[in-house]
Amino acid sequence: MSHTILLFGITKDIIGGSVHETGNAFTTVGELRRHLYNIYPQLEKLNSLMIAVNNNYANDDDRLQSSDEIALIPPVSGG
Amino acid sequence: MQLNKERYNRQLLLAGFGEEAQLKLLQSRVLVVGAGGLGVPVLQYLSGMGVGKIGIIDHDVVAESNLHRQVLYTTNDIGEPKANKAAERLNALNPEVEYIVFNELLTTGNALSVIGLFDVVVDCTDNFPTRYLINDACVILNKPFVYGAIHQYEGQVSVFNHNGSATYRCLFPTAPEVGVVQDCNTNGVLGILPGIIGCYQANETIKLLTGIGELLANKMLIIDTLFNQQRTIRFQPKSDLPQITRLDSDDYKSLCGSARLRNMSVSELASRIKNNEAIQLVDVREDDELAICQIADSIHIPLGEIVAKANKIDGSQPVIMICHHGIRSRIAGEELLKKGFTNIFNLTGGIHAWALEIDKTMQVY
Repeated sequence: MSHTILLFGITKDIIGGSVHETGNAFTTVGELRRHLYNIYPQLEKLNSLMIAVNNNYANDDDRLQSSDEIALIPPVSGG
Repeated sequence: MQLNKERYNRQLLLAGFGEEAQLKLLQSRVLVVGAGGLGVPVLQYLSGMGVGKIGIIDHDVVAESNLHRQVLYTTNDIGEPKANKAAERLNALNPEVEYIVFNELLTTGNALSVIGLFDVVVDCTDNFPTRYLINDACVILNKPFVYGAIHQYEGQVSVFNHNGSATYRCLFPTAPEVGVVQDCNTNGVLGILPGIIGCYQANETIKLLTGIGELLANKMLIIDTLFNQQRTIRFQPKSDLPQITRLDSDDYKSLCGSARLRNMSVSELASRIKNNEAIQLVDVREDDELAICQIADSIHIPLGEIVAKANKIDGSQPVIMICHHGIRSRIAGEELLKKGFTNIFNLTGGIHAWALEIDKTMQVY
C-alpha cells in the first residue's frame, strides 16, 4: 500500500514534481509527517506545513485511509 | 450619502448587488498593505468599484523589473514612490474615493494605529514578517484581513479573522526558517499571476464589505494557473494557540529566524527578576512538588497540560520554563515552540539549581 500526495508551493521543489508516492502506508497524519521530515529534512525547516486530507485540514492524530487524497500545503510569501 | 448613479450604473443594475451594496462600499474603509503585484489589481478594482476610503501603505519605489506585473505604473514612474504614484493614478480613475497614502513600511510601531483607521485589511505583501505582523495586529484589533500569496504558478487566497474565523496562525503557527521559501525576487513570477490572485482578493473584499455570497473564511482557495486546477481546503479556528496580546517588538524579524529553545541560568533569571524585567515564569511540575517550593510569580501548568493550556501563557514576553532539574521544562518548551511561541527559555538545572545557588532558604527535595 502507498499514499499519493499532491504537492503545492515549495514542497514541489523540495520533493521534486507535483505528486509524491510514499511507497508504504501510514496509519496517521503524524506518522506520514515524520516519515516525510526524515526523507526531506527541508520540509521540517518550513516550521509550519499543512497536511490536508480530502480537502480538509488534518491534525497529526487523524487516521489515514489508503483512498484518502492527501495534499502538502506550505506557507507562501510571494506577492 | 449621494451615489453617483452613472459611474456605478452596472453594479446598481446587478441583481443581488444594487444600491444597498453600493452604499455599503461607499461607507467602507479598506487598507491595502503593499502596492506591488497583488496590491495593484486590488487597488484598481476597489477604486473603480467605489470603496469610500482606501489606504495605501508601501515604502518602496517603482523598479523596472516591477512593470511586467505592476501594470498601474509606467516606465516614467521608475524610481518614484509606489504609494504616491498609485494614489495619483487611482484618483484619475475614481476621484470620488478618498485615498490615504502611507509612504512607509508597516511596522510594529505603526501597525495598530494605521490598521485601526480601517474596517478591512488586504494583505498584498511579499514577505513573512509583514504577513505575521498583519495577522497579529488584526487579531489584536479584531479586524478581518483578506490574504493572498503567490509562488511560481500558484496562488493562495483566504479571509482570516472574520467574525471569529481562523487566523493565518491557525494554519501556519510559525514562519519558515530564513531562505527555505524564496520570494518572487528570487523565484521569478509570471506577470499575470498576481493579477489573478489580486482580483480574487478584491472580490473577497467586496463580498466581505457588502455581505454577498460566501467568503473564503475557514477556507483557502489554492489556484494552479499552469494546469487550471483549483481546490478549496477547509479548516477550523484553533483554540490552543498562544494568545496574541502584543506585537513582536523586533518587527517580526527574529520570527523568520529559527525559533529555538534557549537556556537561561539561574543567575541570569535572578538578575532579570531583580531588574523587574517583563518575563513570564511557567512551572511545569506537579501539584505535590509545587507545595514544597516555588519561585514567586510563576504560573503553574503541569507538563501533561502544557499544550491544552498554552493559551494561558503570554508569548509577547520572554517565557521561562521551570521544573525540578530542567528536563520536563525542556520538553514543555519544545511543545510551546511547536505551538508558535518564539521566545522560550529553559531554566538550566531547574528549581533545584535555584535553591542551591540563589534562594538558599528554599527547601530542596
